[in-house]
Amino acid sequence: MEKRFVYADNAATTAPYPEVIDEMMIYLRENWGNPSSIHKKGEEAKAALDMCREKVASLLGCEASELVFTSCGTEADNHAIRGAAYANAAKGKHIITTKVEHPAVLNTCKALEKEGFRVTYLDVDSEGRVSAEDVERAICDDTVLVSVMYANNEIGTIMPIKEIAAVCRAHGVLCMTDAVQAVGAVPINVRELGVDMLTASGHKIHAPKGIGLLYIKKGTKIKNLIEGGGQERGRRGGTENLPYIAAFAKALEIAVAKLPDMARVEKMRDRLIAELTKLPRTRVNGSLTHRLPGNANISFECIEGESILLLMDMAGICCSTGSACSSNSLDPSHVLLAIGLPHEVAHGSVRITLSHENTEEDVDYIIEKLTETVERLRKMSPLWKE
Amino acid sequence: MYSEKVMDHFANPRNVGEIENASGVGEVGNAKCGDIMKMFLKIEDGVIVDVKFKTFGCGAAVATSSMATEMIKGKTVDEALALTNKAVVEALDGLPPAKIHCSVLAEEAVKSAVADYYKKNGIEKEIPGFCGDCDSCSHCHH
Ligand SMILES: Cc1ncc(COP(=O)(O)O)c(C=O)c1O
Repeated sequence: MEKRFVYADNAATTAPYPEVIDEMMIYLRENWGNPSSIHKKGEEAKAALDMCREKVASLLGCEASELVFTSCGTEADNHAIRGAAYANAAKGKHIITTKVEHPAVLNTCKALEKEGFRVTYLDVDSEGRVSAEDVERAICDDTVLVSVMYANNEIGTIMPIKEIAAVCRAHGVLCMTDAVQAVGAVPINVRELGVDMLTASGHKIHAPKGIGLLYIKKGTKIKNLIEGGGQERGRRGGTENLPYIAAFAKALEIAVAKLPDMARVEKMRDRLIAELTKLPRTRVNGSLTHRLPGNANISFECIEGESILLLMDMAGICCSTGSACSSNSLDPSHVLLAIGLPHEVAHGSVRITLSHENTEEDVDYIIEKLTETVERLRKMSPLWKE
Repeated sequence: MYSEKVMDHFANPRNVGEIENASGVGEVGNAKCGDIMKMFLKIEDGVIVDVKFKTFGCGAAVATSSMATEMIKGKTVDEALALTNKAVVEALDGLPPAKIHCSVLAEEAVKSAVADYYKKNGIEKEIPGFCGDCDSCSHCHH
């Protein structure tokens, strides 16, 4: 096939949609007031902010007053976990999470451990899932918070959050879910889901980087992370970033409207997985049934992920890897290790994440180039035997 | 992230392959850490007349192996033993700090292959700076 450019790293970030950028520009060029000002410019901004919040609330199935806009998904995760832990410290100091969370959650929990909280990091099964029963078994008298991600950013595994939330409710424990990878990719109604807190991030759904969201169910008391001038109903200080909030609202609106097209993305993903796993000593990581529509995570034995990525990049394809060599750490991805992959297999893993913008031709091209790359590197590998 | 030289040696590695009945073969690193280098030397009258390598590893691992083979080809065994990881890094116009260990591995691969050559030929010579036990001194601790 003719050389083309294929962006297939949509779990890392997505290209902002032109409509989203246009929407955002309105709040940079014209409606740039401070929503807290009482003059005309401020009122204009306040009206727009309220409208955006209403829009996001109706798309997520909650009330506008239950939403806090943050500077990113990481801040929302920190806010939810620290806020819930501190607010309930008198009641108990035990938190339950999983071994496969994003660092925004894992490292927040680790920091809380240093402050005297106790954290249980649940094992996952070979597909990367925990069950509601696993969560229930881990609940103790002093458990105050359960934080389980909705969908994994590396292997795309979707967790049974509704069931987990029900268990938490029955035990009077707060339930938080990091839904950064799930919002916009699968249908989500927070009320039906039954969680107390949920986080999302703009740049995973074709809005810019630097905007996140925290849903806090009415009546849930959590401590603030950022004190300031009383914005966000006193829950997060800082003049509201209206251009980015407007971009986020627009992007979410588009994402929800495009949910039916995820069936097409899912088909492309399935074709990728089916074709690539025809190669010898190759496996797919994660679940085939509980999986984000765009995620394909594949391990190729006897070769190393960074080398694969570099050759793919030369061919015009952007994707990512769970190999240690692509990071500053000596260990491969904590997620791949948690599902039981040996180190040497985890080093040879590649994550391809598709979006609405990808086409069948992209998929053909990825299959062709990745197959070539794998064969080429295996020829060079001292571990490979025909 | 990488210099043009590194990318050139990664994209077009020199001396990839194996040598049958090699005078010396060395293998360093381990799969768990994500890099293994295997080096094959053909030595005649104390001169490395041919060298080939196979590497499992990242871009820097491939590039340092390739550069190291180029730097020792046609040299005497003693000259090859004098090859330092620093020289390999310099020849590649530098490596990111996290990748320096790849150049150490390349130096060790050469030494390990020469050690094998010495052993096969009953030559009792010490190789300075080579412990021969990569599992104990490697960069990764598992
Ligand atoms: C599951 C998950 N949680 C949290 C984050 C952090 O979001 P942000 O980049 O907006 O801080 C990401 C993305 O990087 C993610 O994939």
